[in-house]
Amino acid sequence: MAYNLKEQLSKKERFVGGHRLCAGCGAGITVRAVLRALDENDKAVVTNATGCLEVSSYMYPYTAYTDSYIHCAFENAAATCGGVEAAYNVLKKKGKIDDTFKFITFGGDGGTYDIGFQSLSGAMERGHDMVYVCYDNEAYMNTGIQRSSSTPRFADATTTPVGTQSYGKKQNKKDLSEILAAHNIPYVAQTTFMSNFRDLHEKAHRAIYTEGAAFLNVLSPCPRGWRFQAQDMAEICRLAVDTCVWPMYEVVEGEWRLTYMPKKKLPVEEFMAKQGRFKHCFKKGNEWMIEEAQQYVDEKWNKLLAKCK
Amino acid sequence: MSIRDRLSGNEAVAYAMKQINPDVMGAFPITPSTEIPQYFAQYVANGEVDTEYVTVESEHSSMSTCIGASAAGARAVTATSSCGLALMWELLYVASSSRLPVTLALVCRALTGPININNDHSDAMGARDAGWIQIFAENNQEAYDNYIQAMPISENPDVRLPIMVCQDGFITSHAVENIELETDEMVKNFVGEYNPENYLLKHENPLAVGPYGVSPYYMEAKVAQVQAMKNAKKVILEVGKKFGDETGRYYGFFESYKLEDADSAVVIIGSSAGTARATVDKLRAEGRKVGMLKVRVFRPFPFEEIAEALSGVKAVAVMDKAESFSAAGGPLFAETRSALYDLENRPKAINYVYGLGGRDFRVEDCEYIFDQLDEIIATGKTGEVYRHIGQRG
Amino acid sequence: MIHAKDINEQSKWQELTPGCEIYEPATASMTITGEWRTMAPAWDPSKCKQCLLCAPFCPDSSIPVVKGKRQDFDFDHCKGCGICYKVCPFGAISFGKEEK
Repeated sequence: MAYNLKEQLSKKERFVGGHRLCAGCGAGITVRAVLRALDENDKAVVTNATGCLEVSSYMYPYTAYTDSYIHCAFENAAATCGGVEAAYNVLKKKGKIDDTFKFITFGGDGGTYDIGFQSLSGAMERGHDMVYVCYDNEAYMNTGIQRSSSTPRFADATTTPVGTQSYGKKQNKKDLSEILAAHNIPYVAQTTFMSNFRDLHEKAHRAIYTEGAAFLNVLSPCPRGWRFQAQDMAEICRLAVDTCVWPMYEVVEGEWRLTYMPKKKLPVEEFMAKQGRFKHCFKKGNEWMIEEAQQYVDEKWNKLLAKCK
Repeated sequence: MSIRDRLSGNEAVAYAMKQINPDVMGAFPITPSTEIPQYFAQYVANGEVDTEYVTVESEHSSMSTCIGASAAGARAVTATSSCGLALMWELLYVASSSRLPVTLALVCRALTGPININNDHSDAMGARDAGWIQIFAENNQEAYDNYIQAMPISENPDVRLPIMVCQDGFITSHAVENIELETDEMVKNFVGEYNPENYLLKHENPLAVGPYGVSPYYMEAKVAQVQAMKNAKKVILEVGKKFGDETGRYYGFFESYKLEDADSAVVIIGSSAGTARATVDKLRAEGRKVGMLKVRVFRPFPFEEIAEALSGVKAVAVMDKAESFSAAGGPLFAETRSALYDLENRPKAINYVYGLGGRDFRVEDCEYIFDQLDEIIATGKTGEVYRHIGQRG
Repeated sequence: MIHAKDINEQSKWQELTPGCEIYEPATASMTITGEWRTMAPAWDPSKCKQCLLCAPFCPDSSIPVVKGKRQDFDFDHCKGCGICYKVCPFGAISFGKEEK
């Protein structure tokens, strides 16, 4: 069925205003877009790792979700979701429930790349019929912009501050989507917010309606943590994709497919220049930082292109 | 009609689980509870149960699975020991504060370090303030009986708390003993169906679980949890009585053994109660007025009832199979002595920490303790309150 | 059943839901996050082509779409981030200091 933005947006909203995420938060955009991909007659149980989204979207007694929701802890959203899914299977088998439910977990990069990594790996390996969605904003934003394994090299985070002896984070970003693809689950995809949201929507829909475990990694910029004006959200996402810092692709049953090819691959500095967290990279004498950042992006991009052939 | 059989403690619990046919099990092995998920796996493999058997990658995930499943409206169970329980620590609080009646079979084992696989109560006692109901068994029969009573207690709408059914690692879990099993029909009827009022998969309305609770709500939530634990006392007694009416095996908060006219007594938990009982019998035969109080329910702690039961005793030794490193006594001692405080004529109380990491506790040890109590009664002097027994040096 | 609207910071412990559960959908809409706003978007329907590119970018679900057409902002919940104003290709959304 062809994607139609008007139809999709006319559906009943499943993530309502009144949550307490910061103005311009990428996580809110991600959650809305993913839940919008649910078929209207289907219900969902949303699982959520501790983090910005959790403290903001279910602060007692105010839930932002129209569907059922469970937050358990920071490091175990995937296992919790697996438990819900297991319950669904057995209760359905016993004839105790009739509705069709889908199981969607949201975690930030802290809850996904780092502390919840084991739980995620376990749930994916077991093949629960669920979607794990990482809203990746590249640092521990809820506690105040500490580095995570998803934070890119050179970023100025509060536990990797720039100083006379420090240029920000030393390590490159962990490639979690690739690690999840190595789990040989039926569906893995990377996406972000682009124009009419077709890419995100189609991937979310596919992830939700693929039987078995699926993983969706959604770059969800944090204006506060990345230090850009919230109103530039769309521009930041476009630059992430067009510089190939965040390529949009999917891995369907082991087949890698690029879903967006930049018309012109832009230099990575265009993405970096927009964000305060990379400000120091543009000081005189620090040109090597941008060069190395570019080199890393190019290497990763070429490897990805090779996989997508 | 009960069926006579011979089973180990682990088998007995696994068998009770099979009879209950729970909806979801989170399974991860750890010595000495490993056999429980193993026996259960065979029931699953043979189609004897309908359970979704989730073979997770850690105890952390087995408890997470149970929490998700329980919130979704399923009856969820797991089993663990020692470090496994320690790894679940954070989630024990999530289960209890979310008021999810998960059932955990705990096969008690020492905590590291040094790493040790033998029995003591460090694991259970470490979790004593996590908001779980904790019931201890002395032997295989009690492990089986307690397990069958667990869900009617924890799922009661006035309670809605998770429950830990504890037995001693190896001593109980691996020792094959005579046991009276109940029929599948009796167990099924006794345990009943799990029908929570609200659950994630309910058709009529959604459910949101596990909010961020700011300070204007947090303390109220805790007081509500306390009330649930208070309510559990009544329900535990009701369920114990009902179970007794059907099987002839009655259960309360604790067992009083020859306490009526006793001058001295030991207070003890778990399998070592057998040793204490044998000692009491031996000394009674010698004409000494000794008794024993075996604690079955540690959470909620039966303060008033224990004080009443010990009100006629002159000296009591409280036996802890766990250290608390308060440097002043173990956890059972802290609770028991606190319970005794309200008595007009309090017995003198001392604490013995014993049996750590599988150290033997023998009749001779228990006899020595009664000798010490006699001396306290004779001299009127308690002496050192906090003592260890069984260690060298 | 206890409803979210009846729960507040004066509620006694007996008046809260067990386990702090909520049994209704979308109770967050009772929270008026529009009060956070310092900057506000303004929609000019005469310039709007109803392309809807603005709506999915709103983190606060504050651009309601009914039967394929966007409505005016939900100012009860719009936090004034300005993302919509930047994505509009037709200049139909302006963004400025809010006058209260």
